[in-house]
Amino acid sequence: MSNLRRAFENGKAFIPFITCGDPSLEVTEQLVYAMEESGADLIELGIPFSDPTSEGPVIQAANMRALAGGVTTDKVFAMVERIRKKTRIPLAFMTYANVVFSYGSERFIAKAAEAGIDGLILPDVPFEEKEEFDDLCRQYGLDLISMVAPTSQERIRQIAEGADGFIYCVSSLGVTGARSRIAADVGAMVRHIKQVRQIPCAVGFGISTPEQAQAMAAVSDGVIVGSALVELCGHYKDGCVPYVAAYVRKMKEAVGRNF
Amino acid sequence: MSKGRFGIHGGQYMPETLMNAVIELEEAYDHYKKDETFNRELIELLNEYAGRPSRLYYAARMTEDLGGAKVYLKREDLNHTGSHKINNVLGQVLLAKKMGKTRVIAETGAGQHGVATATAAALMDMECEVFMGREDIKRQALNVYRMRLLGARVHQVDSGTGTLKDAVSETMREWTKRIQDTHYVLGSVMGPHPFPTIVRDFQAVISREIKAQLFEKEGKLPDAVLACVGGGSNAMGAFYHFIGDEQVRLIGCEAAGRGIDTAETAATIATGRLGIFHGMKSYFCQDEYGQIAPVYSISAGLDYPGIGPEHAHLHDIGRAQYVPVTDEEAVEAFEYLSRIEGIIPAIESAHAVAYARKLAPQMRKDQIIVINISGRGDKDCAAIARYRGEDIYE
Repeated sequence: MSNLRRAFENGKAFIPFITCGDPSLEVTEQLVYAMEESGADLIELGIPFSDPTSEGPVIQAANMRALAGGVTTDKVFAMVERIRKKTRIPLAFMTYANVVFSYGSERFIAKAAEAGIDGLILPDVPFEEKEEFDDLCRQYGLDLISMVAPTSQERIRQIAEGADGFIYCVSSLGVTGARSRIAADVGAMVRHIKQVRQIPCAVGFGISTPEQAQAMAAVSDGVIVGSALVELCGHYKDGCVPYVAAYVRKMKEAVGRNF
Repeated sequence: MSKGRFGIHGGQYMPETLMNAVIELEEAYDHYKKDETFNRELIELLNEYAGRPSRLYYAARMTEDLGGAKVYLKREDLNHTGSHKINNVLGQVLLAKKMGKTRVIAETGAGQHGVATATAAALMDMECEVFMGREDIKRQALNVYRMRLLGARVHQVDSGTGTLKDAVSETMREWTKRIQDTHYVLGSVMGPHPFPTIVRDFQAVISREIKAQLFEKEGKLPDAVLACVGGGSNAMGAFYHFIGDEQVRLIGCEAAGRGIDTAETAATIATGRLGIFHGMKSYFCQDEYGQIAPVYSISAGLDYPGIGPEHAHLHDIGRAQYVPVTDEEAVEAFEYLSRIEGIIPAIESAHAVAYARKLAPQMRKDQIIVINISGRGDKDCAAIARYRGEDIYE
């Protein structure tokens, strides 16, 4: 079993996302330890990209801050190596195709695996384009995470059949960012996937409150939260660690309720 | 390899949320491009509404002044709305209408594509929203007003560099929010498959006409076809029907901005490298870590860090040549064509005029150059005046 799958062995998973280097890579490293301590089951580390087309304003701004602060892919690799000396918590990179491709896809994936990354999420690489990354990920032992959206419909079969690690279920139309209401029928989406294959399904996009997290966890295997956390990092900056830790604890508790 | 490839370029690097939308578009396009009624309606729109065919004008004074090849100007500037953009937009909005969409969204740089989309939306009774970078809204205030006058809503894009690439990103984000009733009218031969093919097919009318018109006037093919390249739609349109005619040189003129040895440039072939962005694999201006570069050109329409995948392929195989033209050269050409032929070209098109001024004198008098004048320059007058140190009010 891949290290990533272990995230789903401890009840319903809570999966926080943070942007590497916002406010600094030192703080990002501290956030990883604090979030693990507070119950995070898997951590998504965003490598900043200049033009993140799937992100809403909150994560876009975090990307800009991180890049302005001088974060590079190599510095992120070095940070992951430091983190891996202290913890085995499952880690996935979330970034855009060009960050990987431009570095040299094989060089990137080999280095990520060597540093101790377990999975890779590329929101601009759909099923049709995944082969050029997927073959390398398998070769170096990384799980390339597939996404399913409310618009996927009959595409779910092929996506689920070829998926590794877990499936990232996009809860709503649009880009990342908190929403007051999740409109899509996530339960039906997850059931559809499970009919094809038994693979963990984590739900992301738009979730920010414990109530939403609880509701989404009830129909899936885990909940992913990004913008709400990134907002805390942006607001409290160098002092964000305790606030993020408290938020993660509250959310992990919410996803575990009723079970 | 996935669909929509030009050599190694192209593809569909899109969020899953939009995949069924681009597949639906591809299926609809494959159906309607063979549909007699669709084609008849489109030709009717192009001819009766947009004013096609556009003239192929022999620039006698320019030819004499340059002392070499005969220079012809393909007058896309005379189209309704003032540029070649209307060719693609009429096709796409008609297609959207047939698909049952009621709303169109579009990005715009200089504002020409936004104006064309707003125009077609008004004509075909569609809701229209246009996304335009903060910097471009400043540079092209008149076009912003035109879009509003035509009934479109114009959204200012503040993210990133506030220019064309950010407008494209924001329009893609908007499309993921509302897909069911909405078509994204992409303005150039870029983005995910099927857009590069659809836009090229709708713009190919330019080279089809050039070929027929020149055959009538001169009884032969041109020796060179020149067009400016940002994303590359007018160039692709002007090149397409000549790709098989190996003796015709195809020359795309990129915006070098303050020079390709400076950071303030948008010349993708000259300074970019292979990457994946905005749905396609192609060449992009980017740093060593793949961060997209904040490009610069005096021309808002060419101020884009990538190039369409079919151009990237034509470059790879050596079929087309791409040359950088600086702001200064383009401004001089803008003034030159105005004075010598009484034609004020768009600052984008002036990049092609500038290279023709270098090329024509090196060619024989029995040779022929065709320059695609992709748009008219009225929209640029205030900006060029400012470039020359004169502060005028629009």
